[in-house]
Amino acid sequence: MIFPSSLPWTEDQSLGEHLAGSGVSRRDFLAFCGEMAVILGLGSTLTPQIVKALEQTRRPSVIWLQLQECTGCVESVIRTAEPTIGDLVLDLISLDYNHTLMAAAGSAAESALHQAMEENDGQYLLLVTGSVPLNEDGIYTTIGGRTAKEVLEEAAEGAAAVIAIGACAHWGNIQASNPNPTGAVGVSQIVFDKPVVNIAGCPPIADVVTATLVHYLTFGRVPDLDADGRPLFAYGARIHDQCPRRAHFDAGQFVEEFDDDSARRGWCLYKVGCKGPACFSPCPIFQWNTRTNWPIGAGHPCIGCTERDFWDRYTPFYDRLPEVAGFGVESTADTIGFALAAGATAGVAAHAVATGVHRARMRHRGEYSRIDVIPPGEEDELPNEEGDDGQN
Amino acid sequence: MARTKVVVDPITRIEGHLRIEVQAEDGRIADAWASSTQFRGIELIMQGRDPRDAWAFTQRICGVCTVVHAIASCRAVEDALDIEVPRNGTIIRNLIHGMQTVQDHVIHFYHLHALDWVDVVSALDADPAATSALAKQLSPWPNNSDTYFQEIKDRLAKFVSSGQLGIFTNGYWGHPAYNLPPEANLMAVAHYLEALDWQRDVIRLHTIFGGKNPHPNFLVGGMASAINLSDTATINAERLTDIHDMIRRARRFVEQVYWPDLLAVASFYKDWAAIGGGTGNYLAVGEFPAGDAKDYDSLYFPRGIIVDKNLNEVLPYDHEKVAEYVTSSWYEYSVGDDAGLHPWEGETKAKYTGPAPPWEYLQDHDKYSWMKSPRYDEMPMEVGPLSRMLVAFASGHDDAREVITEALGRLNVGAGALFSTLGRTAARGVETRLLAMKLEEWYDELVGRIRTGDVATFNTDKWDPETWPSTAQGYGYLDAARGALGHWIQIQDGKISRYQCVVPSTWNCSPRDPQGQMGPYEAALVDNHPLVDPERPIEILRTIHSFDPCMACGVHVLDAKGDLVTEVKVQ
Repeated sequence: MIFPSSLPWTEDQSLGEHLAGSGVSRRDFLAFCGEMAVILGLGSTLTPQIVKALEQTRRPSVIWLQLQECTGCVESVIRTAEPTIGDLVLDLISLDYNHTLMAAAGSAAESALHQAMEENDGQYLLLVTGSVPLNEDGIYTTIGGRTAKEVLEEAAEGAAAVIAIGACAHWGNIQASNPNPTGAVGVSQIVFDKPVVNIAGCPPIADVVTATLVHYLTFGRVPDLDADGRPLFAYGARIHDQCPRRAHFDAGQFVEEFDDDSARRGWCLYKVGCKGPACFSPCPIFQWNTRTNWPIGAGHPCIGCTERDFWDRYTPFYDRLPEVAGFGVESTADTIGFALAAGATAGVAAHAVATGVHRARMRHRGEYSRIDVIPPGEEDELPNEEGDDGQN
Repeated sequence: MARTKVVVDPITRIEGHLRIEVQAEDGRIADAWASSTQFRGIELIMQGRDPRDAWAFTQRICGVCTVVHAIASCRAVEDALDIEVPRNGTIIRNLIHGMQTVQDHVIHFYHLHALDWVDVVSALDADPAATSALAKQLSPWPNNSDTYFQEIKDRLAKFVSSGQLGIFTNGYWGHPAYNLPPEANLMAVAHYLEALDWQRDVIRLHTIFGGKNPHPNFLVGGMASAINLSDTATINAERLTDIHDMIRRARRFVEQVYWPDLLAVASFYKDWAAIGGGTGNYLAVGEFPAGDAKDYDSLYFPRGIIVDKNLNEVLPYDHEKVAEYVTSSWYEYSVGDDAGLHPWEGETKAKYTGPAPPWEYLQDHDKYSWMKSPRYDEMPMEVGPLSRMLVAFASGHDDAREVITEALGRLNVGAGALFSTLGRTAARGVETRLLAMKLEEWYDELVGRIRTGDVATFNTDKWDPETWPSTAQGYGYLDAARGALGHWIQIQDGKISRYQCVVPSTWNCSPRDPQGQMGPYEAALVDNHPLVDPERPIEILRTIHSFDPCMACGVHVLDAKGDLVTEVKVQ
């Protein structure tokens, strides 16, 4: 049997083209397909369909570097529901390098990395988890005897785009927090010459990572980003503005202590330290682990893990924010809440929040079709945000 | 006969960055060095922080063992401040940690370890009907039909024929060390894929109680997930039902897929029951309290020490006998590098003396790792499922004895087989079976307490730092999926003044100590250990993976004064 992986294969080639270029005749290729048909138990009549399938474009090569990290982001992505991790690595992408999942180790692993970089030069998608320690010439993280910085720079050179997954790759995360002993930095402080997408969070929600991948595979470019490189489809709104407990905030109904009567009614966690008012994240909308729940839904305040420097800026975690953006100083937040609680306006506020959340969902769902299908430069022809797509 | 230097770096299918160097001679491993090549300094960063935040910081030590540091940290703070956790809080933590261990062990077997024993490419030669017959013989699992295995085979064939092997690229396929028949390989590949779906489902228990996974939320003094059967935003009957169903699915998969697969695979590799034993010393701090965490007699898995494979005696565990050495580590001690320091007195002054990267070998250097060398009473100790199961077995633990005896009987080997690479892998399965049963008991207990009206999950008495003494210190233990874990905290004026962790992979991956004693990885690699083809070192992977390494956990640093001084001396 022909074993295609043993032959060198250049970018943009289908299997058929590659075999032809390697001196394998069309006749041999068809014979191979017939053999595959038998192995697959399909019978020879289905050989043409196999020929067609094999001649299609290759799965995009994805190289995943794991640098100075805890592997939580890889674990998160393994929990992805849409698509599942099995579908992702078998059907949608070719995950050519990832320490956690790959069979090969040592020099065989490193040669898989270099093989993928050479065969897909300029085409592969580079995923990075973990930060890059720069102090002491980078000796705080080495792979195969080389520093994380060197490994990243080499892999970034031939990448089509770079996706920095998680707070470590985004900005350095906990190890970059005061006093940052190892001089940890994020990917965008090393890679300057190509797009870097930051999937924020410690860790990020799996579906945000896979949706970003699917976006790239489907539309051929990375999603639209905010000023911090975060995809707008996920990080465009504050938790506070999407929170199902927002009505309690507006009504002045707060948890004063964990497990008090208010906690047992699911009231607002602002006073026990919730950082939702200062955190841009899709947690309330996407939720976690196949939309099972999310941190505030489990009664614990948001710690603001999608924001830079949250270990320094948002700690102690159980102290309330000194002020809530949009509402002024701390006392104002309470005052507004109590004032709303005094009258029927509370119901109106709750309704307004519910509507806001609903709109946020609709915007989120509409984003793929509204923004990304339209080629750049033709945005002017888009229907307005509230209109029906394609109906005006 | 000249020795061959062999380097495996990166060791893949683990957590973190591990480098193994060995010297091979006549197809055997003659000497070995285990090196951790990542350092982050998290405990240093915790200096001066609020002790109630410590669980979140230490949790980020590792995203694979995503709950173990958080719980150990809560216990350390609760010990220091004398906080009693409500019983419901303890049960919920047991459920979270129990499910973590079950899920972690299954992932380890299929996704991190199986490819050392299972030849994926060989599965293409399998007869789906024969695979079905094999599977039905082993288990009543519903996905055992020939059409099911045909579908898996087709999918695999399509994948392989695409020419893009992805995560399977450059595996040691066809290596003579692979013993399974094609049908067993196909069955394992099918279950590799099923386990990917299963792990995503059952871990949602963390999401219900902790809001997310990885890194669910915890709380000093209990848990934040309030219970109220009459509210939509709390733990209510709908949530409890979801949890119960998950527990049942977890147990079913463990009993009908993982356990039969483990025994089936092991039966083809019984020679590995005489390979890779190592130190012969085993330490368990015990786990899963039925009452207060400090009521050590109530632990489901008992604590204790076994020395030199002597199952006739279990020595008591005393954390005061733990000391860490830096003789072979890139640190220096003010009292000299050959001294051992208890974590209460732990020092960390990073001092890198290795070669300038890129390097070829570390084995020629006296210091070669970011791991320290913990020793118990000056002895290296293996920690993990095997240690727990041996301590339980030797302590007369009925559940452990029953399942271990079943496994030994099914494989037709004696208890001595446990001291090996295969024993380590089998013990993980034994423990998973016990915990899968235990999850149901904890669930029933929680529901029973809610039925009587006890819904408390949190103790607020010492939440306010005003109630704390000006100085306090505490010890938090936890026997994690990968072994014995200890957190030591000192609190001064409401802030963390010292924090030290001694972690499972630090015990197991420790480099040589002042007496020249190897750590457990190293000792296992030189214990009757083959290495047939240095270019394809699959045997090294088998033994190292049998420990389930977690490198990010193993390397940590805390300096009492809060300043890290690093000197780099390039040799």
